[in-house]
Amino acid sequence: MKTVEDLRKLREEVRQMTKLREGEAEVRVVVGMGTCGIAAGARETLGALVQEIAERGLLSVVVTQTGCLGLCEREPIVEVNAPDGRTLYARVTPERARRILREHVQGGVAIEDWVIRN
Amino acid sequence: MNFYRSHVLVCAGAGCVSSGCLNTMEALVDENAKLGLDREIKVIETGCIGTCDLGPVIVVYPEGVFYRNVTTDDAREIAREHLLKGRTIQRLLYRNPLTSQLVQTYGEMEFFNRQLRIALRNTGVINPEVIEEYIARDGYEALARVLTTMSPEEVVATVTASGLRGRGGAGFPTGKKWGFTFRAMSDQKYVVCNADEGDPGAFMDRSILEGDPHAIIEAMTIAGFAVGANQGYVYVRAEYPLAVKRLQLALDQARNYGFLGKNIFSTNFSFDILIRVGAGAFVCGEETALLASIEGKRGEPRPRPPYPAVKGLWGKPTLINNVETFANICPIILYGADWYGRIGTETSKGTKVFAVAGNINNTGLVEVPMGMTLRQVVYDVCGGIPNGKEFKAAQTGGPSGGCLTKAELDVAMDYETLIAAGSMMGSGGLIVMDEDACMVDMARFFLDFTQDESCGKCTPCRIGTKRMLEILDRMTKGEGREGDMEALYGLAENIRETSLCGLGQSAPNPVLSMIKHFRSEYEAHIREKRCPAGVCQALMSYNILANKCRGCGLCARVCPTAAIFGKPKEVYRIERKKCVKCNACLEKCPFGAVVRA
Repeated sequence: MKTVEDLRKLREEVRQMTKLREGEAEVRVVVGMGTCGIAAGARETLGALVQEIAERGLLSVVVTQTGCLGLCEREPIVEVNAPDGRTLYARVTPERARRILREHVQGGVAIEDWVIRN
Repeated sequence: MNFYRSHVLVCAGAGCVSSGCLNTMEALVDENAKLGLDREIKVIETGCIGTCDLGPVIVVYPEGVFYRNVTTDDAREIAREHLLKGRTIQRLLYRNPLTSQLVQTYGEMEFFNRQLRIALRNTGVINPEVIEEYIARDGYEALARVLTTMSPEEVVATVTASGLRGRGGAGFPTGKKWGFTFRAMSDQKYVVCNADEGDPGAFMDRSILEGDPHAIIEAMTIAGFAVGANQGYVYVRAEYPLAVKRLQLALDQARNYGFLGKNIFSTNFSFDILIRVGAGAFVCGEETALLASIEGKRGEPRPRPPYPAVKGLWGKPTLINNVETFANICPIILYGADWYGRIGTETSKGTKVFAVAGNINNTGLVEVPMGMTLRQVVYDVCGGIPNGKEFKAAQTGGPSGGCLTKAELDVAMDYETLIAAGSMMGSGGLIVMDEDACMVDMARFFLDFTQDESCGKCTPCRIGTKRMLEILDRMTKGEGREGDMEALYGLAENIRETSLCGLGQSAPNPVLSMIKHFRSEYEAHIREKRCPAGVCQALMSYNILANKCRGCGLCARVCPTAAIFGKPKEVYRIERKKCVKCNACLEKCPFGAVVRA
């Protein structure tokens, strides 16, 4: 540690260590983990999301779980809460989860085919 | 990079360690590994979160769910239900003692959301053994800014402008102290951190050292730059082994990163810190006794002036501040003196950490803006008095302070108002007493402490406190005499005026303030040989109520001295002379026929 710039660089690198505790998330990704969700493979979906976030270094994303949404037949359901609104995705396999992160969370474009509509 | 979707904080302050948090954490880590969650969930050991009577405590982020009294089995359940499936375990949530409502998250707990955490900003949030977590929360930024953009004069001026005052007890303006030491001419100066926290019931300094040791290291280094010192000492008591361990680890890490040592941030400024472990004498919290102890001499105070700022450690100018005072420095540098000056009252700026103990629902550490009323602290933040009892008094300032009564519940907690109310801020111990507390016994307890801790160097403190204690002892045994209160007043005045240091000068305070507010209780002890609160065992007498006694004989059977006589189905009676007041009959009687008065 020789200069102030060294300190600030290090801080940027380690910011993620405590960020989660400060509640500054831009995007919240919520996975349905009711019995129906788990039976449909939500655990694997959640695992894929966490892995993809790590690989892409998406620091502003928070992943949480929720219970049954009532649409058990379309589980695993993943909700993306971004600044532009709330989107619900149906039948999210691990592969679909990765694509949602890449295209919707990172790219900003929802994947309309999988979105749950009224 | 690693991404953890959830951070699980396990409080590992000394309070939670003694309630078994390390086993709880081990179970949690083990269960996470079994469930394959260990790469997604990070378990972090933190310093004191503040809710010491609820330990072991766990907080799960990002949701911020707060679990209390978590056993090892509970921890495994948290892993299986909450961490894996996202289901909050209602059974382990905190229940608001006043509304009986379950509180879902940390942020909704009044205990936390009424606090303003400046000195405790990182305590209970970061892992104190990982310097990077401190850096991630702007750690060492204040030092960087001071060394590269400010002059020592500017640092002193900023601290002065903030209005920060010493948190160790006396409330002396910190900036003034820094200015005196800065202006003292010498080839060598020192910075000393007073971590010899000795007031019964106060533990904020320990919690800061255990939970955020880098905050103290950084502030001391800034102080070294401001006053022109190159060496610092932390004087910490040996009874705080966890604080010593974490501070030592933090010092090593800071040296590795170059925050301590030669040419910090490539400037000409060099500074290092050593730990000195005290042997646990209360008087060593007094600054001149503390300095003597660091020098390897007996921990005895000497008359001031000269003050340490002029002639301190080894005769050199020395800046000596308390742990909590130092903990306020970095935020003042980062956010400015104006920001700090907007918190608190006209003459007492910033926040104060209180260690709340006694008859109160939420015991623990709370940091609130100066000037919050006693009522707000007791009822709003700490959840009021348990078991539906009445508030009777609160002792502030520990054995050097005084008590506040029900009539003073709306007194603002700041330096001046507390002194005007006959008490003092002291280091921030706050002991709450309910209707069952005896004020003679309380005064005796505090005086017993100061008498025991008197170093013996000056006569008024050594002998005077002893005489006062003897009088109070007699009172609690039913041997009080007319004239005792006058004798206490006389002794108190002499001790106050002629003792060498703060220990003696303030030792009579609890006695005086308790006599002032609860005179009738003292009179009852002396004249009627009666303890109205029912605490002083020697003044108790036991009786059996004839209209309630069914003559079952249980009392006679449990009496260890065979002091109870009677025949089955008839009213039993107690022979006063034989009774040793052990309370066994009262506890045993199924009909409530045994009474104590």
